[in-house]
Amino acid sequence: MTREEVFEKLNQVFQDVFDDDEIQVDDNTTSGDIEDWDSLEHINLIVAVEKKFGMKFNMGEVTTMKNVGEMADIILQRI
Amino acid sequence: MKCLEYPFDAEYILLKKKKIKKQLLEENTTFLQKKVAILGGSTTNNIKLILELFLLNQGIRPKFYESEYNQYYQDAMFANEELEAFAPDIIYIHTSNRNISTYPLISNTPEEIDALLDAEIQKFTGIWNRLLQVYHCPVIQNNFEMPFYRLMGNKDASDIHGAVNFLTRLNMRFYEYAQNHDNFYICDINYISADYGLKAWSDPFYWHMYKYALCVPAIPYLAFNVSNIIKSLFGKNKKGFVLDLDNTLWGGVIGDDGVDNIVLGPEEPEGQVYSEFQNYLKAHKQLGILLNINSKNDYDNAISGLHHPDSVFSEDDIICIKANWNPKNQNFAEIASELNLLPESLVFVDDNPAERHIVRESLKGVSAPDIGQVHEYIQNIDRSGYFEVTALSGDDLKRNEMYKENIKRTKQMASFENYKDYLLSLEMKGAIKPFEPIYMARIAQLSNKSNQFNLTTRRYTQAEIEELSANPEYITLYGKLMDKFGDNGVVSVVIGHIEGQECRIDLWLMSCRVLKRDMEYAMMDALVHRCQGCGIETVRGFYYPTAKNNMVREFYGLQGFCKVKEDESGNTEWEFRIPQIYENKNQVISVEE
Repeated sequence: MTREEVFEKLNQVFQDVFDDDEIQVDDNTTSGDIEDWDSLEHINLIVAVEKKFGMKFNMGEVTTMKNVGEMADIILQRI
Repeated sequence: MKCLEYPFDAEYILLKKKKIKKQLLEENTTFLQKKVAILGGSTTNNIKLILELFLLNQGIRPKFYESEYNQYYQDAMFANEELEAFAPDIIYIHTSNRNISTYPLISNTPEEIDALLDAEIQKFTGIWNRLLQVYHCPVIQNNFEMPFYRLMGNKDASDIHGAVNFLTRLNMRFYEYAQNHDNFYICDINYISADYGLKAWSDPFYWHMYKYALCVPAIPYLAFNVSNIIKSLFGKNKKGFVLDLDNTLWGGVIGDDGVDNIVLGPEEPEGQVYSEFQNYLKAHKQLGILLNINSKNDYDNAISGLHHPDSVFSEDDIICIKANWNPKNQNFAEIASELNLLPESLVFVDDNPAERHIVRESLKGVSAPDIGQVHEYIQNIDRSGYFEVTALSGDDLKRNEMYKENIKRTKQMASFENYKDYLLSLEMKGAIKPFEPIYMARIAQLSNKSNQFNLTTRRYTQAEIEELSANPEYITLYGKLMDKFGDNGVVSVVIGHIEGQECRIDLWLMSCRVLKRDMEYAMMDALVHRCQGCGIETVRGFYYPTAKNNMVREFYGLQGFCKVKEDESGNTEWEFRIPQIYENKNQVISVEE
């Protein structure tokens, strides 16, 4: 899967989780950019991303990921 | 909504929860409004959000109070203005084995372990007693799921030092409390977690990352179970099955294969699984669930299947049999109407997806579950929670008999030309009296599930019923009806409150199983007698239209009330001035007041 394809799928997940069809994420997107992205929604996002890509994040990654770019990097390593 | 019916896709629900909520709110506009307090011993945010979806799907629109993280004990035990102002209709205590204060050590003596157990139980019973006392509403409490590791391996179960043993003993104490307290219900997460898979359910990742006591993908299963208890408490359980025959109750097509060749009974594995399914269905009769048949077959062929030597059913087990070549949705609607039930209170069990589709599409609110392969039928139906038992009244246990008696009455009716002669021939006896303790559960149940013959559709919990029956400002009446075919039990309820010289009717309902028996007139007579005894001059009645109670739109008019008000949404107010000499309206039931 290319990085572009990963981002395309991530966009779908973000759009579903935050129920907003206009969300487009990029490398630099952080929780500060999406209004509903708080710690409670973060878990739902993680679960949804894991499901979408058929992979699991480890605990350290969930807490240290700084932006969507880092999330995509981890996904690319795992699949 | 299909995506919220068992077997559901839990991850889809979690992902699309916001969209699903919007759709539910668009599809339905008339909800029962209920206030649900969630007191958690761990994170509850997603549990609340998903529970909301399942409740909306049941026609209940919840408002939530959610305790701060792990504040269940403080919220329950201490004065809490916010919760008191919220005045919950339901309290759900979401605790788990993560909330146990102290587990036994291997060095503990039996006495020390008993003391640990007692301390834990005292903490919880303190919570429950206080909640029941202060909030007077049903309390739902999780039992404990099994631990995710076993220090002693298998011995953890049998040795008093083991966590498995300790939690099992705690659970037994919880059940004792449930057996001795009305309004207290166990949410069996011990079963649900085992069913889901304990290893996945208790994945420590979710506890350490987010303080969820269960894995997030399991939350829909938990929320669904909690929603089943709540909808059952508010009278939204299903009341019966409508069953297909060929390839549902037995293998093969009886009209083509002949009764000797259908697959049923101990001779072969497939026959055994159909037998097990028949036994499962028949066991529901004990809960008062009505069994009916809807089959595309010649009638004689259908009946011959019930006479098969390995058939678990006899004709006598089935209330209503429709075996013909009419469309199944038409038969389904006729069965509902013959039972005086709404179609939505019956569950359609058919192996054919096309038949399920037509019934589901043409009859709003009917559940027609995707039952899968024959060996999956029981699992899929059972986990759907259609008949979640929260209270078993004596009437539930007798319900099948009552419906059969009704069919006998219908036959007798055919032999009379004059309806009043028919009613007299039933030799009806009634008892109409103020609420009595033994009937409180039944009265609360009726108030929550009567929709059609119900003037105000006000719902009461058992605690509320008990309170107002003790209040001298209220007039309460229950009505029981017996006749020569049997005892119908408590079938009608009236609640009024006194304001000066006036009695204002808060609730008037009657079970549809005694429609057209003049029981409503007997209730009116008894109400008037009670009012006369209290010096009341006027009875004031109210009718609030719902989607289901059109049959009583003109009820007060028929009772001799005058309409005094009507607003644009069809709410009406009626007045009855009690005359000096009141003539009883009922002439066919001999009533004891």
